[in-house]
Amino acid sequence: MSDFEAILKAYEASGGDPSFLRSPQVASLVVSGNKVLGANEISGISMDAEQLPDGVRVHVKVASGVHIELPVHLCFGMIPAEGVQRILSTFEMGEGASAEFLAHCTFPNAVRVQHIMESTIRVGPGARMRYTEAHYHGPEGGVEVLPKAKIVVEERGEYTSEFNLSKGRAGRVDFDYEVDVAAYGVAELLARVIGRGDDEITIRETVRLNGEGARGLAKSRIALRDQAHGRVFSTTEGNAPFSRGHVDCVEIIRDRAVAEAVPVVRVRDDRAQVTHEAAIGTVNRKELETLMSRGLDEEMAVDIIVRGMLGG
Amino acid sequence: MGSRNTDEPPLLQVIDLHLKREGRSILQGVNLTIDRQQVHAVLGLNGSGKSTLAYTLMGCTGYIPHRGRILFEERDITGLSISERGRLGITLAWQEPARFEGLSVARYLSLGMKEPDLERIRAALAAVALDESYMDRVVDGSLSGGERKRLELAAVYAMRPKLAILDEPDSGIDILSLGDIAALIQRMVEEGASVLLISHREEFVTIADVASLICEGQIVRTGDPGKVSRHYAHCCRPCDHHEIVETGKEYDERL
Ligand SMILES: Nc1ncnc2c1ncn2[C@@H]1O[C@H](COP(=O)(O)OP(=O)(O)OP(=O)(O)O)[C@@H](O)[C@H]1O
Ligand SMILES: [Mg+2]
Repeated sequence: MSDFEAILKAYEASGGDPSFLRSPQVASLVVSGNKVLGANEISGISMDAEQLPDGVRVHVKVASGVHIELPVHLCFGMIPAEGVQRILSTFEMGEGASAEFLAHCTFPNAVRVQHIMESTIRVGPGARMRYTEAHYHGPEGGVEVLPKAKIVVEERGEYTSEFNLSKGRAGRVDFDYEVDVAAYGVAELLARVIGRGDDEITIRETVRLNGEGARGLAKSRIALRDQAHGRVFSTTEGNAPFSRGHVDCVEIIRDRAVAEAVPVVRVRDDRAQVTHEAAIGTVNRKELETLMSRGLDEEMAVDIIVRGMLGG
Repeated sequence: MGSRNTDEPPLLQVIDLHLKREGRSILQGVNLTIDRQQVHAVLGLNGSGKSTLAYTLMGCTGYIPHRGRILFEERDITGLSISERGRLGITLAWQEPARFEGLSVARYLSLGMKEPDLERIRAALAAVALDESYMDRVVDGSLSGGERKRLELAAVYAMRPKLAILDEPDSGIDILSLGDIAALIQRMVEEGASVLLISHREEFVTIADVASLICEGQIVRTGDPGKVSRHYAHCCRPCDHHEIVETGKEYDERL
């Protein structure tokens, strides 16, 4: 099986539809280890990729005013059981541009794999960017995922990101997203992770609402069991008049798992407002008992509630 | 519905049920019988113990009676878990339904079914006057309170229970839709269910075969729904329960 076939198979296993990666109408990029196996540019979007000793450097640019109709598919993965993959990326959304990115990260055989992602993202004035990242890890739990992003949302720009890690073992995750939002811009960050065994999950989200009327949401959903450990550090700053921020964190634990949440809310303008809610503990009793009253046993009911929350 | 078949044992028998919450006596000797395919209304003022009775019958956490027994199809279920009671065919439509993040309406309605049945889901939605566009909605805060109440009833209906405990199905539902709910209850009974209908709206009780009045955690009267609800209307506001209990007078005499 060629590298391309192998990564496509893994991509499919992670819930992706490989036909998109072959379609000429769909912008796509396929990276296995440090090799760029495929890049399909379409009009209005450029994707330059450069090989590094342990990964790739990618520069994605959507031209001003361009609306990319179909989601751009990005596939990052590693077939071997051991190794490092470093993805250094920049995303640039020109003024008024809009695009959606679906990134799949697959490490089906991971025993000792390190996946480093460092992104710089600029969402130009009035531009819209939606970035969804789904991970598929093997059953061994030997993956270290270190996604780091610095995002700038300019005036009236919109940035939404979703990070999903609910298939296979999470391993060690250290997620660190920082976003600065200018006037009337919007940033929404969502991270969903399921941890098992001795998985270690850290989510750091920082949202700085620097412009008038800027809005931000930092949402996290974490389900932990066995002796997994989860920490959520979220900082939201309301630095400008009429900025609105909200932090929404739910962590469900079972067995001997441990969850922590440290929300920091900072407001520097008396017309700004930032709220936070954090619920940490076991599954909501009423939800649980409602499902049990329909005849489901407790384990099944918990599973349905957790899957709903985690988007599985 | 309703005609009591005396040859058949009752579906549910509640015998001298006592329950405390945080040291306070809430149910103080509830006795109640529900026959097969019967609608039994329980009327009572706010705080009289209606929801507590519902949770105790369902077996919710913290609602273990310290005295009394619950018999379902002649079997003592007092010690059974909620799931076990659910599997026996007892279910509850909650007064304030829970919200579920990320759970679709279609999935929610199918949870109590033995096998997934799309036709039944459609029928359940139609029975509460919600169209098919609700199938893919999520049972979370994006639905209105009234919509969630309707879905709660739809979920109970979809399950084909033997005993449906409906805790104030009329609350939060506009007056025009009360007829829909009455029709839904009728349909459940036609399909073989018995219904414990909790309410404090007298006009809703007319669809019942039997009604009981609960006051301070005791059933103080059981009988013809019209009479019980008239009594409720005249003697419960203001309450003259204590006088009645003390003098032992028949209620109807004074109506
Ligand atoms: N955990 C608790 N601890 C102490 N008292 C409680 C507890 N739960 C309920 N109660 C009390 O028990 C009584 C009965 O409550 P319940 O909810 O059963 O009333 P209800 O008849 O359903 O009222 P409503 O018509 O308002 O729904 C009330 O006085 C209530 O305050
Ligand atoms: Mg109540």
